[in-house]
Amino acid sequence: MSLIKRWKVRIFILMAVVGPGFITGNVNNDAGGIYTYSLAGARYGYSMLWTLVPILIILIVVQEMSARLGVVTGKGLADLIREEFGFRTTFFIMLSLTAANLANVTAEFAGVASSLEIFGVSKYISVPLVAVFVWFLVVRGTYKSVEKIFLISCSFYITYIVSGILAKPDWLQAAESMVRPTISMDSGFLIMLVGLIGATVAPWQQFYLEAAVVEKGVDQKQYFGSRLDVIFGCVAMIVVAFFIIVSCAATLHVAGRRDITSAADAAAALQPLAGEYASWLFAFGLFNASVFAASILPLATAYTVCEGLGFEAGVNKKFREAPIFYWLYTLLIAVGAGLILIPGLPLVFVSYLSQVANGFLLPFVLLFLLSLVNRSDLMGKYRNSNGQNLVSGFTIVFLIVITLILFFLQSS
Amino acid sequence: MLYLSELIGLPVYDSSGKKIGKVSELAAIPAVPRPRVVFFLVRSAGDQQKRPVSLAVALKDVNSLSSSAIRLEVSQEKLSVFQPDEGLLLLRKDLLDQQIIDVNGRKVVRVNDLALEDRTVDHRMELWISSVDIGLTGALRRLFIGAVPRYWLRKLESQIKPTSIPWEFVNILEPDPRRQLKLNISHKVLANLHPADLADIMEELAPKERHAVFTTLDDETVAEVLSEIEPRLRPAILDSMGLARAADVVEEMDPDAAADLLADLPEETATELLQDMNREEAAELGELLEFAENCAGGLMNTDYVAVPASANVDSARQLISSMPELPENFTTIFLVDAGGKLAGAVPVGKLIVASGKTSLLDLRSDPILWVSSDSPEKDVVEMFDKYNLLSLPVVEDDHQLAGSITVDDIITLLCRKS
Repeated sequence: MSLIKRWKVRIFILMAVVGPGFITGNVNNDAGGIYTYSLAGARYGYSMLWTLVPILIILIVVQEMSARLGVVTGKGLADLIREEFGFRTTFFIMLSLTAANLANVTAEFAGVASSLEIFGVSKYISVPLVAVFVWFLVVRGTYKSVEKIFLISCSFYITYIVSGILAKPDWLQAAESMVRPTISMDSGFLIMLVGLIGATVAPWQQFYLEAAVVEKGVDQKQYFGSRLDVIFGCVAMIVVAFFIIVSCAATLHVAGRRDITSAADAAAALQPLAGEYASWLFAFGLFNASVFAASILPLATAYTVCEGLGFEAGVNKKFREAPIFYWLYTLLIAVGAGLILIPGLPLVFVSYLSQVANGFLLPFVLLFLLSLVNRSDLMGKYRNSNGQNLVSGFTIVFLIVITLILFFLQSS
Repeated sequence: MLYLSELIGLPVYDSSGKKIGKVSELAAIPAVPRPRVVFFLVRSAGDQQKRPVSLAVALKDVNSLSSSAIRLEVSQEKLSVFQPDEGLLLLRKDLLDQQIIDVNGRKVVRVNDLALEDRTVDHRMELWISSVDIGLTGALRRLFIGAVPRYWLRKLESQIKPTSIPWEFVNILEPDPRRQLKLNISHKVLANLHPADLADIMEELAPKERHAVFTTLDDETVAEVLSEIEPRLRPAILDSMGLARAADVVEEMDPDAAADLLADLPEETATELLQDMNREEAAELGELLEFAENCAGGLMNTDYVAVPASANVDSARQLISSMPELPENFTTIFLVDAGGKLAGAVPVGKLIVASGKTSLLDLRSDPILWVSSDSPEKDVVEMFDKYNLLSLPVVEDDHQLAGSITVDDIITLLCRKS
């Protein structure tokens, strides 16, 4: 009896904290993510699958630190950077975060444009409409109820799992790639690798996750559940990435279609499941992912920036009370959507820019994260262990090296 | 007017004109109403032989202070190394970039800069904190200082309307309760705020700071704030207080709010709390907890006024005026028969205008409305809407009066649902 009761309490606690990590993971599988995974599968078949293992480890290590910092201090990452490193440092971090996220928002609207083009809707109609919809959704405070719809729609990713299995992939070859990593010094391969990491570990995630954990009021006793949530979210995200790569490898790569130039190309990966309706299914999924991320990103950015710089923020405040918050939020959406409407704008270049911006900012954010999570006056017994420092230190060095490689490859 | 951000980093020269180092921090005595700066901490430039140290320069040793340098009246040898003292307020470490409570504006804000007022008393300089800059001017100063000539910066600042809070309305936050005591921080002014405003402020603080503030407030204020604060924060707050204090606080709460709170706690904790409470209050709460949360019994409050149905207006008035404390939102008097069964309800307004000899039964509202304790919430809300009620009695199976639901409970319920 008491055992059942104890389990009930456990499960209750779990349910209460499962959330921030899972949502963060899902938002991350956005337009850019789907595109990158599809391309990795189409171009390199199963050979890049193994990279998902180190990426998963990096992802868990980094996100666990963010969540732990939030649970123990009860403060957001922007708050902590401000309190410990002063105004000027915070200002430049926030400036770069805004720039990087603007590029990310633009990439989301690119996803909206290409998904609805499959249904024959011109981007000049779809993008402004979605921008206005997203703006109202959040400002009118209806976001929380719609979030559930987004999350449920994320079950769309299951179609990749089904499609991946139906395509009868060469499991042996996939398994072999997982255990026997192959790395090629070919520049295309390296750029793809950077792209994969950029699509999974983003600077804004750390701010968003920590703020969400704080917002939820998770306390130290519930940290067990929070850690599980983070790991669960990361694993779910990587599983989705795995199956997108596998289904693209089993369909596109095998058929010799090695490049993805449009959403219709990528949709072909869903043909084993949906046949001729594959492109519709894909368009629906891409649309949902893009709108989901486009709703969260500008809002999260405006919150973080205002928090760090000490301006009032919050959708429950009036425009007059929090003008900077609302202006920033509105501009991110307006500029992000507006860029897509420029005729002849190379969308691939936009997504490259967003990756570079993310890539340059990420090591800095991680360095601040690492230094904060090692402070015994802030963290007490929850500060990083030597093992955790080793893994995260290695992660940071690795990310810096890989970003520099990307930079030189692209500029040479 | 001087700004902390402009003082930090100023070079300091001793009486012989030798440069000692740069100002790294200002230490102040937390005096009331305003802290007074007593030391400049000067970070000495270290060399091969000496490691850099923080020297304490007393304000009385300062000869002149300009926008480009501080000159002392004493030589470097006379200065001693700064001894950390928890009773001193370090302006840069404790205040700059930290959060404070703006009591006047009833919100939590972040310090961009500190404005200091300098006065000359008996040819000696005195420096007092005058206000906290939370606006754009402070932000610009912090961003550009050292990078842009001071003259331009001042000119730019003069174009913007400053946003600052006079020190009288500033409440410092110190997460360590022991140091909070040493710094003489009292949050007494906060107790004068409306509990709902104070609850909003508390929601914005980090748990440690929240805990520190709660330790200085009296049980009654904490109880009121707890009833207003977001439910998800309550268990952690009670937990941080320790069992004995938590029991005292829950005793002070309205029974219905206390019952809601206990229902959110793990059963073990709730039982421990009840055991630690005054027996009478605990028994009352225990009864309330028996009801399911989403029915009339879970909504009701056991704090109500009931008088015998046979009484007249005079005796009812007497009874009410002899009560030590009236229930919150007191609008209705319930009538009960000798067996404690509900016999009707009289609005307080009628009692005011009626003559003293009138029997209460003649004043009671018609029809006699009530709900049974197991009615679903939805039915209760419908009754409030249909009959435009302010309060509604709740009865048990045998028609015994068990409690009352007031309109504020209904509004809270509806807001939570929407």
